[in-house]
Amino acid sequence: MSLSSVGGPAGSQEQRDGAHPTLDELRAEALEWGRKPRRYGSWYVTEHMVRAMRAYGWTIIVGALGQPIMYLLGLAVGLAALIQVPVISHGSEVGYLVFVAPALLVTAAIAVASEEMTYPVMAGFKWRRYFYGFNASSLSSPQIAHGVIAGATARMFVAVGAYYLFLWIFDFFVETVPHPETGWLSIPVGVAAGLAFGIPLMAYAGSIQDDKGQFALVQRFIFMPMFLFSGTFYPLETLPVALQWIGWVSPLWHGAELGRVATYGAGIAPGMIVLHVVYLIVLMVAGYLWGRRIFIERLAK
Amino acid sequence: MPEAVISAQNLVKKYRVKGKPDFVAVDGLSFEVAPGESFGLLGPNGAGKSTTMKMIGAVSTRTAGDLQILGLDPDRYGPEIRSRLGVVPQQDNLDGELNARENLYIYGRYFGLPGKVCHEKADELLAFAQLEDKAKNKVDQLSGGMKRRLTIARGLINDPRILLLDEPTTGLDPQARHVLWDRLFRLKERGTTLVLTTHYMDEAEQLCDRLIVVDKGRIMAEGTPASLIREHSSREVLEVRFGSDRNEQVAAELQGIGDRVEVLPDRVLIYAHDGEAALERVTASGLHPLTSLVRRSSLEDVFLRLTGRSLIE
Repeated sequence: MSLSSVGGPAGSQEQRDGAHPTLDELRAEALEWGRKPRRYGSWYVTEHMVRAMRAYGWTIIVGALGQPIMYLLGLAVGLAALIQVPVISHGSEVGYLVFVAPALLVTAAIAVASEEMTYPVMAGFKWRRYFYGFNASSLSSPQIAHGVIAGATARMFVAVGAYYLFLWIFDFFVETVPHPETGWLSIPVGVAAGLAFGIPLMAYAGSIQDDKGQFALVQRFIFMPMFLFSGTFYPLETLPVALQWIGWVSPLWHGAELGRVATYGAGIAPGMIVLHVVYLIVLMVAGYLWGRRIFIERLAK
Repeated sequence: MPEAVISAQNLVKKYRVKGKPDFVAVDGLSFEVAPGESFGLLGPNGAGKSTTMKMIGAVSTRTAGDLQILGLDPDRYGPEIRSRLGVVPQQDNLDGELNARENLYIYGRYFGLPGKVCHEKADELLAFAQLEDKAKNKVDQLSGGMKRRLTIARGLINDPRILLLDEPTTGLDPQARHVLWDRLFRLKERGTTLVLTTHYMDEAEQLCDRLIVVDKGRIMAEGTPASLIREHSSREVLEVRFGSDRNEQVAAELQGIGDRVEVLPDRVLIYAHDGEAALERVTASGLHPLTSLVRRSSLEDVFLRLTGRSLIE
């Protein structure tokens, strides 16, 4: 057996000689070894989360490419052909596809969030328990939460980036992004909306002890109504006031409105723009604080 | 004596249970572990061993008491302490989607080891765990014993000062257990400090220099396996069986033979310095057991003596 020391930051292992290091030396060694994980630990978890995605990498690629093609074709060739009248959005007239495009892009990020911030969290705590493996190493509980968020963010950028690319390509045939000079800003906006939905969802996923189909309920009774009633396919004002609140609370609406400012310069008052941004940030921060607490408490049991 | 690498004073862990008084899993444990020592926590399921291990592993936070690992307080220096520990949990948490080698590699990354070092270490440890030909196999395809060896290998990726093993051989067949013990012996020879929990007394006798017997979160006894047996049991034990419905009744007639008589549901234990002599006295008194066996006292007997209960229930 050869089990020679290859050394970490602090190097050698003199245990085999029988001479044990003093407690002061051991303490100093631990402090030295802890330095890198304390600083970069969140990225180590991210690396793992992204690696784990390779297992279903194919569905990520197909989803990121297929979804925009399907939606844009379906809407451009079908629905937009039917709806010849322009949509009145914030006082100006825009083509139907121009109106729905930013909302679809944001939806793509939210769809990623509803996958990446639910099942992998359940797998980490319960099905595969790899969060406990992380936590037994020098990684801390908050770093695990950070890694989940960063991994999902990476995939959101892929999904939203692909969407934007297709919008840009479609634009050669049917107008989709009248203002490309600011239109690209819809990418970070989409990711922000995805995180505003996803981070609280991650916290909720971390609080679930037993999977009784809660994630399917989230899909059906939160994601779907949000998709349908957040001014995605028609201006929110079209809805009866009694239903408009769904849009007000939904990160999708806030993200889509910001996206509309970016892609076609929708005439939204500056105050409202600030409100949209603040709302998304509040959801992210509140979700993060809740999730952080859940991760710390659950792993420290 | 060198300074202890683990020092626990009146360690307490309570869990909140809704609508009930707090559950006390660990109730004032005090012990120290010297560098290079192989230290065991022996006790039945639910004794508080795993909870203690999680606190030593700087994962679970203590409710009260003082705890120092490698001279540091785990509440404040969790990542630093964990960076020098190896942990083999009771429930494997290997990544089933990755192959054996990748599991080792990526675990090394969590400690901030450079990729090149992780690759070298992964190969070395696959050899140590006798899993070289399984390097490319997904973890889900490995047997229970192989998974355990891989988990131990993973725990060694950072050249830990202390290796924590929670029930390392539970659920393994005898052959797999022996392979694993052999690997642990080698680590012990290298001077790695081992802390292990077990409810198998043969395992504790094989692997531990010193151990504490824990029950209901408290220390019942402490010492080397041999000294515990000497102190709390006789040299030999005679096991006799009269059939499950007769054991109780016959036991009354056996009183006076040996130092002590203990009745279990399936057999009667007679503690005596000389087991053969005790057996002769049993037969001389006209009792004819269905089966009889003379053996050396074990930690199981110590445990039975201390708690009135058997280790494996």
